[in-house]
Amino acid sequence: MNLHTRHRIRLIVRLIAATAVTIVFLFPIYWLFMISFKTAEEIYSYPPKWFPSHFGFGNYAVLFTDGDAITVWNSFVVAGVSTVIAMFLGTICAYSLARFKTGGDNLANWIISQRMVPPIAVVFPIFLLYVYLGWVDTFTGVILLYTAFNLPYVIWMMRGYILDIPRALEESALVDGCTRWQVIWKVVFPMARAGLFATAIFTFVFAWNEFLFALVLTRTEVATYTVQVTHYFGGQSNFWAKISAMSVLGTLPIFIAVAFMQRYMVRGISLGAVKG
Amino acid sequence: MAESLSTAVMPLHSQRRFGERNFKYLLVVPSIFVLLLIGIFPLIYLLVVSFQGITMSEVDTGFIGWRNYAQLFHDQRLWESLLHTVIFTAIALPLELVLGLALAQLFLDRLPGRQIFIALLVLPVVVSPIVSGATWSLMFDNRFGPLNQIIGWIAGHEVTLLWTINPDLVYPAIIAAEVWQWTPFMFLLLLAALANVDKSQLEAAAIDGAGYWRTFFRIVLPAIWPVMAIAILIRGLDLFRLFDVLWALTKGGPGTRTETISLFTYVKGFQQFETSYTAAVALLIIVLLSAVVFMALKRVQLSRS
Repeated sequence: MNLHTRHRIRLIVRLIAATAVTIVFLFPIYWLFMISFKTAEEIYSYPPKWFPSHFGFGNYAVLFTDGDAITVWNSFVVAGVSTVIAMFLGTICAYSLARFKTGGDNLANWIISQRMVPPIAVVFPIFLLYVYLGWVDTFTGVILLYTAFNLPYVIWMMRGYILDIPRALEESALVDGCTRWQVIWKVVFPMARAGLFATAIFTFVFAWNEFLFALVLTRTEVATYTVQVTHYFGGQSNFWAKISAMSVLGTLPIFIAVAFMQRYMVRGISLGAVKG
Repeated sequence: MAESLSTAVMPLHSQRRFGERNFKYLLVVPSIFVLLLIGIFPLIYLLVVSFQGITMSEVDTGFIGWRNYAQLFHDQRLWESLLHTVIFTAIALPLELVLGLALAQLFLDRLPGRQIFIALLVLPVVVSPIVSGATWSLMFDNRFGPLNQIIGWIAGHEVTLLWTINPDLVYPAIIAAEVWQWTPFMFLLLLAALANVDKSQLEAAAIDGAGYWRTFFRIVLPAIWPVMAIAILIRGLDLFRLFDVLWALTKGGPGTRTETISLFTYVKGFQQFETSYTAAVALLIIVLLSAVVFMALKRVQLSRS
């Protein structure tokens, strides 16, 4: 057997292994999506059917007629607004940390350590505070908490991206008579555009997928889709059609967003530690 | 004329200098304010409440000293939940690491459709953990789930394993869901790390006749260690706060067999309304985790890499 054929066999074996692994990892997602298209009889048929006999959207239609689909909108509002606020506050803070070394390493380390506090320890006193303020089940309350929760991430990521921007550009803008604010708006933001975009998407995904805070702090008015999914759980009578349809409604936007984010994935999920 | 000009400019100049000096603080103040609101306020509040005796039926805010903290040491359910958390972490984390590393090796070299494979493999990471839990509860269903069906094909007879109820099966079930969702995370980071290993060193080792494992432990592992350490830290912290998947799969059951520290705290605070005791538990968690994070951060130096 010559080297060439050995090389080919190796490649084919790897290709088979790669395909098998990918199928295994995608199967649960496939199953979730398929259930959402099945009729109730098909969902509760034994042995389980791997394909729906025809692709129906009845399970989705029910979510819209019941009004449950509004929770996806709530998720969008909460994640969207908190992302915008966190991006703005976080980026200007990151600029200060990166360019002026404000607070030195101590401040930067304190900020990232805030990211590591377990949510369950924080959510309890926050809940009691919100009860006192009347903020439970309000957009204000949830958006503020998500903003705060995502700020350390934004600051940390944007600090990294801003450090990558050459200083010379900003200095020449200052010499040309720009104020510091103008430098941020006209030089830093455009230069860090890709980083801003990537960080914003991840921030959005974190907020969109969040469950524990939403479980504690929302009731009916601002219940997010993650909370709504759990409302269908219950002993023997799991509403599988609703669980799957609601899950798909919440998951599909994320998949689409991430398809555009491949290049920034590694840096985004490693808190900027791996440039990827 | 020149004199008057300089005096006219002077205050403006110094005013600008003052603005410059404060500008950097102006930028950080809003963020710090928000972080303090959710960082420091809860801490102070927990500290105060943990020395009181507030429960569902008792609203007296008098101080009762260390009683809540003393109760921590006698609360068997608390320490069991902590143990469960450690078990989940100790099993799931190495599994994710080894599987992720194996996957990264598989996709390291050229492969047709490599980018598409990677893009698909990454999908579980971005699924909401609660949706992941829901999906797995559909997968694990004893009658209508595909998992028992597949096992049945292999076994050659019908199988109706109760994955989320049988005490012997809940741990494998939960860990399977965790490993499924987060192995791609490890994979992605380790793939990036492996791609950055110095090729010339690998070639030198090959010329010296070093075997695969020897090369791996002597050259590859030290080279990817910094990334690996960060991946372990991030995932370790995530596993310590394990909540969502359990909420969907077992809610801590059967009994309290899969109850983690986060679930325990939730039950105490939001179902049993033992306000003051929950505050003590929350503080215990913060102290324990801070100690671990502090030591870990000293080692991996997140800020340097």
